[in-house]
Amino acid sequence: MNENGIRCDGRKIDQLRNISLKVGVLKNADGSAYIEFGKNKILAGIFGPRDVHPKHMADSDKGILRCRYHMSPFSVTERKNPAPSRREIEISKVIKEALQPAVILKDFPRTVVDVFIEVLQADGGSRCAALDAASIALADAGIPMRDMVSACAAGKVADQIVLDVNDEEDKEGQADMPVAYMPNLGKVTLMQLDGILTPSEYKKCLETAIGGCKQVYEIQRKALMEKYFENGSQ
Amino acid sequence: MTSSVIIEQLKRERILDLLKEGKRLDGRGLYDQRTLTIETGIIPKADGSARARLGDTEIVTGVKIQPDKPFPDLGDKGILICTAEILPLADPGAEPGPPNEEVIELARVVDRGIRETEMVDLKQLVLKKDKSVIGIFIDSSVINTDGNLFDTCSYASVAALLSCTVPKYEIKEDVPALVEGQRSKPPIKTIPVSVTMARIGEHIVVDPTADEEACMNARITITTNSEGNICAIQKGGNDGFAVEQLFKCAEIAISVGTKIRKRLEQLM
Repeated sequence: MNENGIRCDGRKIDQLRNISLKVGVLKNADGSAYIEFGKNKILAGIFGPRDVHPKHMADSDKGILRCRYHMSPFSVTERKNPAPSRREIEISKVIKEALQPAVILKDFPRTVVDVFIEVLQADGGSRCAALDAASIALADAGIPMRDMVSACAAGKVADQIVLDVNDEEDKEGQADMPVAYMPNLGKVTLMQLDGILTPSEYKKCLETAIGGCKQVYEIQRKALMEKYFENGSQ
Repeated sequence: MTSSVIIEQLKRERILDLLKEGKRLDGRGLYDQRTLTIETGIIPKADGSARARLGDTEIVTGVKIQPDKPFPDLGDKGILICTAEILPLADPGAEPGPPNEEVIELARVVDRGIRETEMVDLKQLVLKKDKSVIGIFIDSSVINTDGNLFDTCSYASVAALLSCTVPKYEIKEDVPALVEGQRSKPPIKTIPVSVTMARIGEHIVVDPTADEEACMNARITITTNSEGNICAIQKGGNDGFAVEQLFKCAEIAISVGTKIRKRLEQLM
């Protein structure tokens, strides 16, 4: 970061990377979305509610949510082994738990809603970008939802709290805090932290991340409107 | 099957009713942990070991230290890896086989706490830059489960690390060779303490039991270092937290963490 507070990719400390979001990009899926979040390129596809396999996973009271976050072997600098890593399994779990509070599956007992996320290119903050795409893909699939889930990270780079940490800042920076937020219900549904923050930096970092989530929410709304309303307006 | 569901439902209602009066099923205050016992040196063949009991949750951790190749992009640092396994004897629902997502999350959260606080100065564990380093392997076995595996596993792992000794290796003809009889204390910089809290309704409780976890809405684990800073966080569970609750949880994690850290410091 230089003395004017301009970051390595030319952004200000409170600026998001460029985000483009498109809804309904996969013909065979019940709902889908494609997001470009900085250099992240991520697809999300939703299938369901449909029958659960294996059957013992089914819940007779409500539908279940499953999530697979996967990175393509060519998505990172060094080829990634295509088998799911421990990191991907953990991220799949936290993404599922971040989406779960938003979806209403009580009317779909014994079924599953599958969320498949493919990271075609990764650039830091991929779990947040993946959540942003998955959340509007769920809406595109017509799954009843309480709220949108909008996600964005904040972090500490060169002793400053910054919004939306990119790959380079994540590696060189002091802390990275991915956050997912339901903007209308005011609930944090995903929060992780790697790195050291004082209690006051922690507060500022969380508030900064939530500010980012609110900006992402507007982009998600626009993307949905573009598909469902002519000219993007009601 | 049916009868156990009814018991769960009754227990759940009891837990929720008691919380309204600020009480818990086992008589603890909302921010009290269960009794913690830590024994170290229980496995002499390991380079460090500990057994931690938090209530009825019990975990044994062993530390093994051996030379290894560094990670490709981290040639100037030693290796530190945490793993965890819920043994099939720990719980009627536990099964042998590859780790499921809960176990992977457990190991990664414990690992993150130790790594992100920079508890061990990994730069002091290099034998030959980019070629050979000391690897510290921290393996935890869950012996009995009654909720809050995160904190129990973290305390057992930190205790095993604090009480371990590092064998000496020297590079001879490009390969690391053990120097017999020379062991040293590990390069410890700070003591991470993880504190796990559950949100049940609008109440935050510290150190949830298995029964409390069964009726929690969401969970959060916050790890602090010796300076009282926050170094690692993991939110879990199928619901969220209000922002104010997250601020409160950080305060609780710092104050509860201070007490636990005093216990762990005595092991050094």
